[in-house]
Amino acid sequence: MGKITLEQVSKSFGEVRVIPPLDLTIEDGEFAVFVGPSGCGKSTLLRLIAGLEDVTGGTIRIDGKDATEVPPAKRGLAMVFQSYALYPHMTVRKNIAFPLRMAKLPQAEIDRRVAGAAQVLNLTDYLDRRPGQLSGGQRQRVAIGRAIVREPAAFLFDEPLSNLDAALRVGMRLEISELHKRLKTTMIYVTHDQVEAMTMADKIVVLRAGHIEQVGSPLDLYRSPRNLFVAGFIGSPRMNFIEGPEAARHGARTIGIRPEHIAVSADEGPWSGVVGVSEHLGSDTFFHIHDTGLAETITVRAGGEVGFNHGDRVRLTPREDQVHRFDEKGLRIA
Amino acid sequence: MARAVTPRRKALTTALAWAIGFLIFFPILWTILTSFKTEAEAIASPPKFLFFDWTLENYGVVQDRSNYMRFLWNSVIIAGGSTLLGILVAVPAAWSMAFVPSRRTKDILMWMLSTKMLPAVGVLYPIYLIFIKLGLLDTRIGLIVVLMLINLPIIVWMLYTYFREIPGEILEAARMDGASLRDEILYVLTPMAVPGIASTILLNFILAWNEAFWTLNLTAANAGPLTAFIASYSSPEGLFFAKLSAASTMAIAPILILGWFSQKQLVRGLTFGAVK
Amino acid sequence: MATRHSRSAARLMMAPAVILLLGWMLVPLTMTLWFSFREFLPLRGGDMGWVGFDNYARFVTSSAFWPSIQTTLLIVGGVLLITVVLGVLLALLLDQPMWGQGVVRILVIAPFFVMPTVSALVWKNMFMDPVNGLFAHLWKAFGATPVEWLSQASMFSIILIVAWQWLPFATLILLTAIQSLDSEQLEAAEMDGAPALKRFWFIILPHLGRAITVVILIQTIFLLSVFAEIFVTTQGSFGTRTLTYLIFQRVLESQNVGLGSAGGVYAIILANIVAIFLMRIVGKNLDR
Repeated sequence: MGKITLEQVSKSFGEVRVIPPLDLTIEDGEFAVFVGPSGCGKSTLLRLIAGLEDVTGGTIRIDGKDATEVPPAKRGLAMVFQSYALYPHMTVRKNIAFPLRMAKLPQAEIDRRVAGAAQVLNLTDYLDRRPGQLSGGQRQRVAIGRAIVREPAAFLFDEPLSNLDAALRVGMRLEISELHKRLKTTMIYVTHDQVEAMTMADKIVVLRAGHIEQVGSPLDLYRSPRNLFVAGFIGSPRMNFIEGPEAARHGARTIGIRPEHIAVSADEGPWSGVVGVSEHLGSDTFFHIHDTGLAETITVRAGGEVGFNHGDRVRLTPREDQVHRFDEKGLRIA
Repeated sequence: MARAVTPRRKALTTALAWAIGFLIFFPILWTILTSFKTEAEAIASPPKFLFFDWTLENYGVVQDRSNYMRFLWNSVIIAGGSTLLGILVAVPAAWSMAFVPSRRTKDILMWMLSTKMLPAVGVLYPIYLIFIKLGLLDTRIGLIVVLMLINLPIIVWMLYTYFREIPGEILEAARMDGASLRDEILYVLTPMAVPGIASTILLNFILAWNEAFWTLNLTAANAGPLTAFIASYSSPEGLFFAKLSAASTMAIAPILILGWFSQKQLVRGLTFGAVK
Repeated sequence: MATRHSRSAARLMMAPAVILLLGWMLVPLTMTLWFSFREFLPLRGGDMGWVGFDNYARFVTSSAFWPSIQTTLLIVGGVLLITVVLGVLLALLLDQPMWGQGVVRILVIAPFFVMPTVSALVWKNMFMDPVNGLFAHLWKAFGATPVEWLSQASMFSIILIVAWQWLPFATLILLTAIQSLDSEQLEAAEMDGAPALKRFWFIILPHLGRAITVVILIQTIFLLSVFAEIFVTTQGSFGTRTLTYLIFQRVLESQNVGLGSAGGVYAIILANIVAIFLMRIVGKNLDR
């Protein structure tokens, strides 16, 4: 139903090549997340799939059929925009009904589907309001409602949560995941937030400067990042990178070790340093350790109760089996 | 903005502003007042402001003499027709410029505005000839077309500035929702731009209503709008102040009333959409 | 940021407006150019053939030509100066807190609604008439001899009438612009110890730059072709013959289409000079 294939797809704006030719397949029913820093081309890629931009080269197939030249209205995709893009002059009901009205469905069918979507999204009481009278989260749900009534081949989300406050974001994240489990429709989700990517995706596509850096499941990316960029991008706080003799000892140009894979103690361990800032989250504590002689700062995760003070000298123990090794090109050494 | 202002200062500003406002409005007020005087009182020395014998006589005379209603009707048809026609042509053009801008968009817009700078008098005779050839001289349709053309750049520009305030994502959403271009403009863009479109219509209606070059030079007895009606009072034998005032009041009243009823849109429109 | 599809749609939708305006510009322009090279007197023998640049030479050497250019520029410049300066002052005043701001605004806008023929007639007769006009009464009340405005101070009178019509427009645009000024900026300047005059000069006036540009652009467009005000008042006598009016007289009054057309070409050239000049500033100032 909703398998999307990109074959050698590229995009240039004038002279500027935003996306070099790339290949990508998103399976039917998959939840794919495009993630990367801002300006990496992830939104452009989504807009190419949507048909809001022309490809400069290559082929886009939706469900096996060549859709490269098909206008957005005919691709059978639904999109949720960052700004929600609700029609301000229409009530919630009319907003959700709009795509159905455009498809010239009979009124009874429109009413049935709108009621259904409203119920799923807890919007039934708000159907006669206008977008201006809704909260951010409600607007977001209307935008999703407008997308699901069409029963599209795939959903496209363009940073849909970035305008919500932190608490609401977590809630909506769950709702969207829930929706995906229930609808089992292909979803492509663009975000710059690696937490969203890790928690929601079946498949993460990490992009940088238009290039696909790695494609894989969240745990694949976490466990075996293909290069330094992915290693640094996935995981929070960031992976520590160490160069120099310590790296050479592991037979690598650079080694990486995540904060959660370093143990900290007062007197035991091969590395030593001085505690800088500590961030107490309650459940965890992050220590930023200086003067290790390895890197400017080494971040370490410890339990919530571990207490060291600013300026204390501590010793660190990395878990040798969790050390990632990278060669001079920044690629992972298997 | 919530700055405390002393009542004294506020009273002073109020007095000054009202005085200036009154001064600016005075010529109109004076015209309206004079229209209710007898001819003798209209030129009385010293002039009488409010204490005179109010009379409607002048209005009757003016109507008898020059069939006001026909001129009024011509004005309505010509101003309304040219404005609506202009909107029909301009909405698609403004859509293109606002939402599919290219490198040349601004040049085109500037070129359009520059056609407004072409002195009408430079092309008066050719237009005159064309009108004779096409039998358009002294017809309402001819004036509708000409006024539409001279106001088109302004209409396009105003709509363009209003459209640019509408986020492109909403139109893209409509496209994703399966709307054709026509649906997109009809059901999404136009309703969202209603205030801007209303302002544009109002302002251009007024510009067309008051246009006094083409309307004077291309009409005679049949299609003459109120500009022609009033011009007929400029000849010396029409020099009766009270009747002149009555005719003037009748010529500007429709627009004054329209303006007062739609002040908000008009104020917005009067800035040509260029300043927010 | 669009697809080929929407770009071609855009071209298609722009076409009617562009084609109409192109036709409106080119067809009469070509005809005017054609006539300008011919001896063409519709009532006295019609089209009498090719005369080269004779019309151009005659038009430019006629004693009326340079004065008409001067008059045109004087009217445009004078009205612009008055409306912009008074407009700024009036906008500053209207921006202050007061009672009945809405009513004052209506009073100030009203002249814009008055058609030029009416305002010219009203000013000419009811105010500037040397016998019965209100100004005459006023002068007499102070024991002065009434001025024959339209002959003795003809340019001043015309500029006054036109400025009265356009002041509302300037005021309104400038008022809108002032109101959009972030009040925190002014407060910051006040905290920095800038007195009112400096705040006006260094903050309010620069902020108004764009609005003033718009006022100048739009007013110039309309002022270059001021016609009815002169047609109704002085008929071009007493030094009020603008280029527009001069051409009008050549074409319609003396029925010399060839000569008038040459004048038309000059007018177009003048307009273009002004336009290029304006577009330069405006193009720069309209970019946001």
